[in-house]
Amino acid sequence: MSIENPGMAVEPPVVHRRRGFRGRAWRALKKAPPTAWFGMIIIALYVFVAVFAPWLAPFGESDTTGRAFEPWGSAHLLGTDQLGRDMLTRMIYGARNTIGIAFITTILAFVIGGVLGILVSIMRGPMDQFVSRAVDVLMAIPALIFALMLLSIVGPSTINIILIIAILDSTRVYRLTRSVAMNVVVMDYVESARLRGEGLGWIMGREILPNILPPLVAEFGLRFCFVFLTISSLSFLGLGIQPPTADWGSMVRENATLISYGDITPLLPAGAIALLTVAVNFVVDWFLHKTSGLRDDG
Amino acid sequence: MTADQRTAPTRAKGDILLEIRGLKIEGQSDDVWHPIVKGVDLTLHRGEVLGLIGESGAGKSTLGLAAMGYARPGCRISGGSIVFDGVELVSASLETSRKLWGTRIAYVAQSAAAAFNPAHPILEQTIETGVREGSRSRAEAIADAKELYGRLRLPDPDRIGYRYPHQVSGGQLQRAMTAMAMASRPDLIIFDEPTTALDVTTQVEVLAAIRDIVEQFHTAAIYITHDLAVVAQMADRIMVLRYGKEVEQAPTREMLTSPKEDYTKTLWAVRELQNPERAGEEVVLSIDHVTASYGNSVTVLDDVTVKVPRGRTVAVVGESGSGKSTLARVITGLLPPSKGQVIFEGKPLPPALKQRTKDSLRRIQMIYQMADTAMNPRHRVSDLIGRPAELYLGLKGRAREKRVIELLELIELDESFYDRLPGELSGGQKQRICIARALAAEPDLIICDEVTSALDQIVQEGILKLLLRLQSELNVSYLFITHDIATVRAIADEIVVMYQGKVVQQGLKTEVLQPPHPAYTELLLSSVPEMDPDWLNNLLAKRAAKPITGVKSADA
Repeated sequence: MSIENPGMAVEPPVVHRRRGFRGRAWRALKKAPPTAWFGMIIIALYVFVAVFAPWLAPFGESDTTGRAFEPWGSAHLLGTDQLGRDMLTRMIYGARNTIGIAFITTILAFVIGGVLGILVSIMRGPMDQFVSRAVDVLMAIPALIFALMLLSIVGPSTINIILIIAILDSTRVYRLTRSVAMNVVVMDYVESARLRGEGLGWIMGREILPNILPPLVAEFGLRFCFVFLTISSLSFLGLGIQPPTADWGSMVRENATLISYGDITPLLPAGAIALLTVAVNFVVDWFLHKTSGLRDDG
Repeated sequence: MTADQRTAPTRAKGDILLEIRGLKIEGQSDDVWHPIVKGVDLTLHRGEVLGLIGESGAGKSTLGLAAMGYARPGCRISGGSIVFDGVELVSASLETSRKLWGTRIAYVAQSAAAAFNPAHPILEQTIETGVREGSRSRAEAIADAKELYGRLRLPDPDRIGYRYPHQVSGGQLQRAMTAMAMASRPDLIIFDEPTTALDVTTQVEVLAAIRDIVEQFHTAAIYITHDLAVVAQMADRIMVLRYGKEVEQAPTREMLTSPKEDYTKTLWAVRELQNPERAGEEVVLSIDHVTASYGNSVTVLDDVTVKVPRGRTVAVVGESGSGKSTLARVITGLLPPSKGQVIFEGKPLPPALKQRTKDSLRRIQMIYQMADTAMNPRHRVSDLIGRPAELYLGLKGRAREKRVIELLELIELDESFYDRLPGELSGGQKQRICIARALAAEPDLIICDEVTSALDQIVQEGILKLLLRLQSELNVSYLFITHDIATVRAIADEIVVMYQGKVVQQGLKTEVLQPPHPAYTELLLSSVPEMDPDWLNNLLAKRAAKPITGVKSADA
């Protein structure tokens, strides 16, 4: 039994275009819970810092401006690292490198996994079997160890890191996309589009994609966190982003010894990672909650 | 009968079992509460069957659930009282209600397939409540369940319970669900459209089974449906609901013979739509000795020959599994036939969809049963209707917009629908949009696959009238697949009766509907419920005296 939408009844019939995308987005934003707002503000802050890093940072990314391991002070607000580089500067540039690389990697993972997932859900048959089993093989190997192995073979350049993590993570995106797309492919409207003579591109992009988008967007947030953590872990292990590029994972490793002296500086990049992960998860939670109901377009 | 503590005397008809006073229920949408049920009074005596009818959105199901003291998530009972056998259910704790649910009040849902847990055998689910409540031992419960299966005339009652829900047919599952509700000999059962999803031939069996068992145990029942003919067979008393309010209430016979309110009269009059048949001349589509199968084993269509004349309606009738929908799949090219061919406008169509030209795709359009799933929920009406116009006729921008609005007016909707999403439309409006989408392609033939069976009767009538009007204006042919004989009477020029993949009979409407019939046509036609409250009794008596031989419904 349908519950009639009260917004509909009062609408004047002459209005041709209803509330546009922006109007709907704004309405949704206004109703967002505080946690989601917190998450969004933190993410916006990170993005701001990442984009304007050169203007915000007091020094150059890899300039040696002091002695090694200087404590917090007026010249170096958060002290210096093992080579005498300003920690605050490194933190700011680290945001740019780590977030940027993680973002590109996640997008790539979604393009690969998403396209393959939708494609096999339409084609089914041997193609589906082949791709799915190949993905199973990839997933059977622990991702971090596999990534470490591959990186030590091909060498840890930024492009290699992006490609390898994207491919490994795309297996999970593929699994999700395939399973949700399978439910959509059998709908009458997809059959109707095929009967209309629509091409593969239209069916994938216009019929299926919009209907599986909510879980994919939620997954994007989570996947981004995992990619981000993987990159940081790889950097911590020395096979991630290479010096002198500033990166939060390697900053933790390089300055880890300070912890023994009661200095919390190495925890700052770790904290930055944690905070971003929490923020992204808050936003994803809200988004999931919002799209789990069918009345998401009030 | 085993372990029945509440024996006949206490269950005799008479006392008041359920009393609802001034019931108000509200539903939430967009953080606003608005009323669904607006003050309904209802009294139900022991052993009495109350029929609750009305169109969808009238609050029937909500009221039915409320009779158990239950409000769906997103709904709340905001006023009034529900007293079940002396217990006030509105203010009762969940614990109190839980003790009543499943043991003294049971619920039979519309879709048994969705209500059964697919991971457990039917028997386990039938006895679950009884065993949980500890009223009887497992062995007793099993023996009793088997007896109930027998009473409900399920085949092989001793073993059917060990099957999983997907291993039995829809009608059987619906009866198993009735057995589940009956297992604890409740005082009250709420049937929420239990036969709406079934074929007419199956429906007769389920109705007879439900009625017998309700009578045998003097169970009170609320029978929710939008099918008047069904409610006439089942109910002692009928209550008509509209917009969450009672329209009128009277004993069944009185209600059928002399409805007082105008709304009730229109409900009663709906089934009388009849369109005079016209013989066809020029043939648009001819299906020529087509045989088709899924995989290599199951033959679904067996040497089928059907001709569709221009500007006429050919109704294909038969129960589910008779090959009606497969016929549509062969015509549209989704399922290439293994033998025979489909000839359209004098030329054979390529068997597979991929080999067909854009123009031949344009000229055969399809309308689906479930408008909900036939429209992409993320596309707006403008795109749903505009896309075929753009794809086939190359309309863009202003021209496309103009065409969409023209089509909206053609289906009796207006410009305000232009930007809506399917979720913002009612069932009838959705089906209208689907019709407009088919018309946008300017087709010669529209295949209508059960297009009205998911709709209320009043809405059905509107859609059928619209289709008839469009046919006379645009001279389009319909291949109308249905299992509803009333619809066939209303719209068809010619009828094709299908049974187990074969054409049993075909011809002009009057010829097919006039006796004598082949055995299957006889079974099908006699199974269509009529408004006469004695119809089911007479039918069962007639069938007992003179069984229809040679055919059986897919479900028996």
